[in-house]
Amino acid sequence: MERLLRDLVAGLVFAAFGAAAIHFVREYPLGTAMRMGSGYFPAALGWILIGFGAFLCVRGLWRWVPSPRKAKQVGGLDFVRDDRAPAPAPAAAWNWRELTWSVRPVACIAASMLVFGFVMPRLGLIPALVPMFFVAALGGREFRWREVLILTIVMTAFAVGVFVMLLKLPFQLFPGFYLV
Amino acid sequence: MFESLALGFAVALSVENLLYCLAGVALGTLIGVLPGITPLVAIGMLFPLTFTLPPIPSLIMLAGIYYGAQYGGSTTAILVNLPGETASAVTCIDGYQMARQGRAGPALAIAALASFFAGCVGTLLIAFVGPPLGEWALKFGPWEYCALMLMGLVASAVLAHGDAVKGLAMVALGLLFGVVGTDVNSGVVRYAFDVPELFDGIGFTVIAVGLFAVAEIASNLESGERREAFAAAISELLPSRHDLRDASWPTVRGTAVGAVLGVLPGTGPALSSFAAYMLEKKVATDPDRFGAGAVEGVAAPEAANNAAAQTGFIPTLTLGIPGSAVMTLMVGAMMMHGFAPGPQAMAEKPELFWGIVASMWLGNLMLLVLNLPLIGLWVSLLKVPYRWLFPSIVMFCCIGVYSVSNNPVDVYLCAALGALGFLLARVGCEPAPLLLGYVLGPLFEEHLRRAMLLGRGDPMLFLTRPISLAFMLGTGLVLVAMVWPALRRKQ
Repeated sequence: MERLLRDLVAGLVFAAFGAAAIHFVREYPLGTAMRMGSGYFPAALGWILIGFGAFLCVRGLWRWVPSPRKAKQVGGLDFVRDDRAPAPAPAAAWNWRELTWSVRPVACIAASMLVFGFVMPRLGLIPALVPMFFVAALGGREFRWREVLILTIVMTAFAVGVFVMLLKLPFQLFPGFYLV
Repeated sequence: MFESLALGFAVALSVENLLYCLAGVALGTLIGVLPGITPLVAIGMLFPLTFTLPPIPSLIMLAGIYYGAQYGGSTTAILVNLPGETASAVTCIDGYQMARQGRAGPALAIAALASFFAGCVGTLLIAFVGPPLGEWALKFGPWEYCALMLMGLVASAVLAHGDAVKGLAMVALGLLFGVVGTDVNSGVVRYAFDVPELFDGIGFTVIAVGLFAVAEIASNLESGERREAFAAAISELLPSRHDLRDASWPTVRGTAVGAVLGVLPGTGPALSSFAAYMLEKKVATDPDRFGAGAVEGVAAPEAANNAAAQTGFIPTLTLGIPGSAVMTLMVGAMMMHGFAPGPQAMAEKPELFWGIVASMWLGNLMLLVLNLPLIGLWVSLLKVPYRWLFPSIVMFCCIGVYSVSNNPVDVYLCAALGALGFLLARVGCEPAPLLLGYVLGPLFEEHLRRAMLLGRGDPMLFLTRPISLAFMLGTGLVLVAMVWPALRRKQ
């Protein structure tokens, strides 16, 4: 099941990108093979991505569907070296509890970056870093707010020292307050 | 040839540049040795730091970061049995055993010395092989470039670890990401969706930091990996004369293996360290010691790994085709400074080219000087808990990405790409081929369009021009190697 989902999700992601590429390529001139327009290359890539996506979906299903007749010739579509990658994924079951655990770190980290990007140009570096640290830290397995507070203070001081004072990046620290 | 190296050293040896190199090595090791941070993450989060510098010092600092981060990976392999990347996986076997016997000091010293020796040989090889290769490559037409890039892209996808079909799809996705922005030939803005920040394309920093740093932290947190620092006391710091004698020939052999395998695209250091280890086991009089803390088992793979990393710069710098993920990061960073590696660059900007080569060697030297006395410090760094580290890495990523053009949209994009990279890694798609596709994409399209135009739309020219044909055959060979096991099983 795990393997089926891995192939299916990967295939669907690739196919989706391919389909999007082809959908939006209509606005750009295709040209001919000899004089390729700006749409030719991305359109070709779009079709290639759809092809790979479809292949991965079919392969995933093919390997998954159990059939005594197929068991012998499973090598047929199996020519690709298996997912032997030292993949970051543990052999976790895809139950809901595990799924929330899979999604939580990435959601927290992405959210913390969004917060940083939103606050930084408006209020400055220090007001942006404080919520960034707290939101990011929520993505960890344990959240100890006292520790996060100390970490935030130390690292914010470090960032001001290195990025603003040493590398002289023209960042606003607080609204209307600049060092450089 | 020696004049060119001398030119390189003249560039690299100013006090200022030496300081940048030192700073790079120190930072690279510092970050690379922290638990849970692979060399790729270390380079990805540190390289925005170099943007504020002028090109030469910045590339020199980058070289320092590169070596520091690589060495940091070996350090964690030896001390906590956790390889930073596949290349140092083999070092774990005997290095960790040595550490458990209280000989972490000698193991780290041997690793550094073997790496340094391999680095010296590698640098000389670049100086010998680079110029003729570059001159030869100057004769390439668009067909040859296309075929060469195709070979590099396919090889990196198929030979790298993991599922080859997913690797190829990632290359295609990377090429597509490279398309975003203004088309140089026609001025048409593609896939920008009226976001002005995308008119120049997706920034390299955004992709690299998103895919390698952000996605990796998320994966680490999700798999809940715990790194326990090695607790045993370190009884000796320096290797004995006996250790050095035992390590000397394995170092030479490892260097030879690594130097040859490193030039091949896509194989990179990982394969070479493994091959060197197997070779040592074969030639050893008592193979039983391997796996129980043999000095040879540390020296040979570390030498091979570094020699391969060094000769990997040959195709990277002379042809502009990077062989590994780390190399792709380096090329992307060079391009951000307006230095697109390739035969033209070698001819037109020799001071930059040779400056980089010389600073590679200096980076190696600094490593030796800086790291051996600081082993104690690195050991204590290994005890930093990951829950303190990862928010700090996120901070580095945010500031680094934001600082490129003081634009929050870059940070948003980086977060989105991080999420995408996490999802793809979760379903078994390695990010490295995507990055390579993205870096080579615009060049590939340009050469492809030129080749088709000059050839009046005739694709057969790719197969009738001899050099191009050779690269195409190489590509075919790689693909056959991918399909071969299944065909044999079928019979």
